[in-house]
Amino acid sequence: MKKTTYTISIYTENNVGLLNRVSAIFLKRHINIVSITSSESEIPDIFRFVIVVNISKEQVVKVVKQIEKQIEVISVFYHTDKQTIFLETALYKVKSSSLFEEKQIQNMIKDSRANIVTVKPDYFVIEKTGWRLETEDLYQKLKPYGLLQFVRSGRISVSKKSMDISRILNSK
Amino acid sequence: MYQVHLKDVSLINMKKISGAEAIIRCLISEDVDVLFGYPGGAIMPVYDELYKFQKDINHILVRHEQGATHAAQGYARSSGKVGVAIATSGPGATNLVTGIADAQIDSTPMVCITGQVASYLLGSDAFQETDIIGISTPVTKWNYQITKASEISEIISKAFFIARTGRPGPVLIDITKDAQFDMIENFEYKKCENIRSYSPIPPINKSTISDAGKLINESKKPLIVWGQGVILGNAESEFKDFVEKTGIPAAWTILGVSAISTNHKLNVGMVGMHGNYGPNVLTNDCDLLIAIGMRFDDRVTGDLKTYAKQAQIIHFEIDPAEVDKNVKVDIAVIGDVKQTLKEILPHVNKSSHNSWVRKFRELNKIEFDKVIDKEYNKQSGGLSMAEVIKSINENTEGNSILVTDVGQHQMIACRYMNFNKSKSNITSGGLGTMGFALPAALGAKIGDPGREVIAVIGDGGFQMTIQELGTIFQTSYSVKIVILNNEYLGMVRQWQQLFFDKRYASTEMTNPDFVTIAKGYFIESKRVSHRKELNSSIKQMLSHDGPYLLEVCVEKEENVFPMIPSGSSVSDIRLE
Ligand SMILES: Cc1ncc(C[n+]2csc(CCOP(=O)(O)OP(=O)(O)O)c2C)c(N)n1
Ligand SMILES: [Mg+2]
Repeated sequence: MKKTTYTISIYTENNVGLLNRVSAIFLKRHINIVSITSSESEIPDIFRFVIVVNISKEQVVKVVKQIEKQIEVISVFYHTDKQTIFLETALYKVKSSSLFEEKQIQNMIKDSRANIVTVKPDYFVIEKTGWRLETEDLYQKLKPYGLLQFVRSGRISVSKKSMDISRILNSK
Repeated sequence: MYQVHLKDVSLINMKKISGAEAIIRCLISEDVDVLFGYPGGAIMPVYDELYKFQKDINHILVRHEQGATHAAQGYARSSGKVGVAIATSGPGATNLVTGIADAQIDSTPMVCITGQVASYLLGSDAFQETDIIGISTPVTKWNYQITKASEISEIISKAFFIARTGRPGPVLIDITKDAQFDMIENFEYKKCENIRSYSPIPPINKSTISDAGKLINESKKPLIVWGQGVILGNAESEFKDFVEKTGIPAAWTILGVSAISTNHKLNVGMVGMHGNYGPNVLTNDCDLLIAIGMRFDDRVTGDLKTYAKQAQIIHFEIDPAEVDKNVKVDIAVIGDVKQTLKEILPHVNKSSHNSWVRKFRELNKIEFDKVIDKEYNKQSGGLSMAEVIKSINENTEGNSILVTDVGQHQMIACRYMNFNKSKSNITSGGLGTMGFALPAALGAKIGDPGREVIAVIGDGGFQMTIQELGTIFQTSYSVKIVILNNEYLGMVRQWQQLFFDKRYASTEMTNPDFVTIAKGYFIESKRVSHRKELNSSIKQMLSHDGPYLLEVCVEKEENVFPMIPSGSSVSDIRLE
């Protein structure tokens, strides 16, 4: 079955056990979570999980229904990449010496529209926000110069069409 | 002795009460009159209150916490109310897990209350601390840990609401010991009526009703397969009206049986692995399959790639997550089945499908000749399981509640038992939990004391929860226990015979003397191994006032047929 990247947005009541409950739904079906983020949503006290998975359409429909069925889940939406605007942030920690000795690094940072967020005597940190391809590209470029640390956030996204969560809440 | 009476309830707003007392008052407000449980350190404050409230709540002391869950399930399934089990933290809580998983997969409304170590000890690996919330999450409809007495009222009311409504299921509430001790002012209990993130009954899409009606009216060879949803939804009479108006033959899943009576002229038998020949074969011949309150379990469908491919499918279902889960359907009529069946009635034509129904009868006649007649009407040789059920049928006229364990005896009992009333078959379907029957039978009796409750149990499964004989003895509820003793883990032995060249690896059992064991518990008992004593022994059991254990020594290597070998198509069902 053809696999696609889906962004699943889950609006929930703030409940401690819920992440466990939701992730168990993926675990049980051996679905690998590509990334997951959670934060308070546009509505106070309502949380939003954003989970990215690479699965078939049939699977995503079933999984979404199972998530929707959980008591504290208010609403679940799923979107393909085309239907959302999404970004990730990556941080790259590099030896300070290379910033001054290797001229190319400064060009790379400029070309890929990354930012230097911190410069310390022994290291500096670059930040890049963008698509996976872009953060990955910069990662590959910086790797030869010795990355001290590299970290990438989960995907955050907003859908192009409205996810009318307030209306759903009011109708309940 | 300090005892509180219900009439004090109005006074409680004025004084402070403990969390533990609040728990009991919540239960009383939910009309809980019986609890199945087992005490221990972390739940002692609640037990202390149970002592004071013993006039209002009957606590049944089981002999193992697993028994508490199964008893609560039996109670829920015979009464239609929420069953309640209670246990201490750590091992007490983990012993509940099997029963919770069973209730989850069979949609049984149950609330489990567990004690937990004090909140300041959580996460410290304290004595008898276990993460029961983490452990029970995948097998509960909802769970919650209470760490403050002030939460008790709201959470317990939510627990009962969630367990009971929509597609029912088990809820676990874990309560730390300090929350049980803490005092609360102005206790108030309001029944939960709504949770904003939870829609128990999805709204009905009217067009699905009329579309389904059209398909039904156009079909020439329709088949209904119904499940427990009809019973859970209290939709027996709407279901009967629908079946009778449309004249469509109707087959049941093992949990659906008893929603309409066994001898109803359109009841064509059981579907699934050990179901009847007609409905299984004709699943792959019908032009319309109408699934009602069932979930296309693999034991029902066999190989999905060859399941009812020729047919259009309508699915009446309350849980949207069940739609298209295993079998892709043409029309999903989502909603409360009592309502959807009522609404579809005016859309369907009054009809009859006599020659189509006759086909079921013809195929079932083949099964009768090849299988049923030989075991149900057996005349010579060792006793068959089927003739024990026959004798029970002859002496109970379809009015008793059958509780079965898991194995060959379960399949035989459910296939042959006659039912005239709903909520009469209590068995572990989805999980297939050996050890279910004995405690579930006790719970069923308490849930509907006016009815005869007969537990039919294998020699293997009986020994999984045998200690509940102690509970039955202590409470002296009149549960009739029939052990079908074949000295084997029969169902596994059957598979070994058919699929593993008769290599009987660890399925033969050297059993204790069950009659003597019953005597040890002061339960009347008898063993029968001859045909001529069978009927009189059943009569004796039924006429005895109080619990009774009848051990029937049956043929050791009997097999259950028909059978759909796992992974095969329903229409490849074997008669031998
Ligand atoms: C707790 C549990 N363990 C194992 C099994 C696997 N199992 C299914 S049927 C069966 C044999 C049951 O034997 P018995 O209770 O004697 O019933 P019989 O089949 O002989 O009628 C076993 C071991 C199970 N269903 N449940
Ligand atoms: Mg046996």
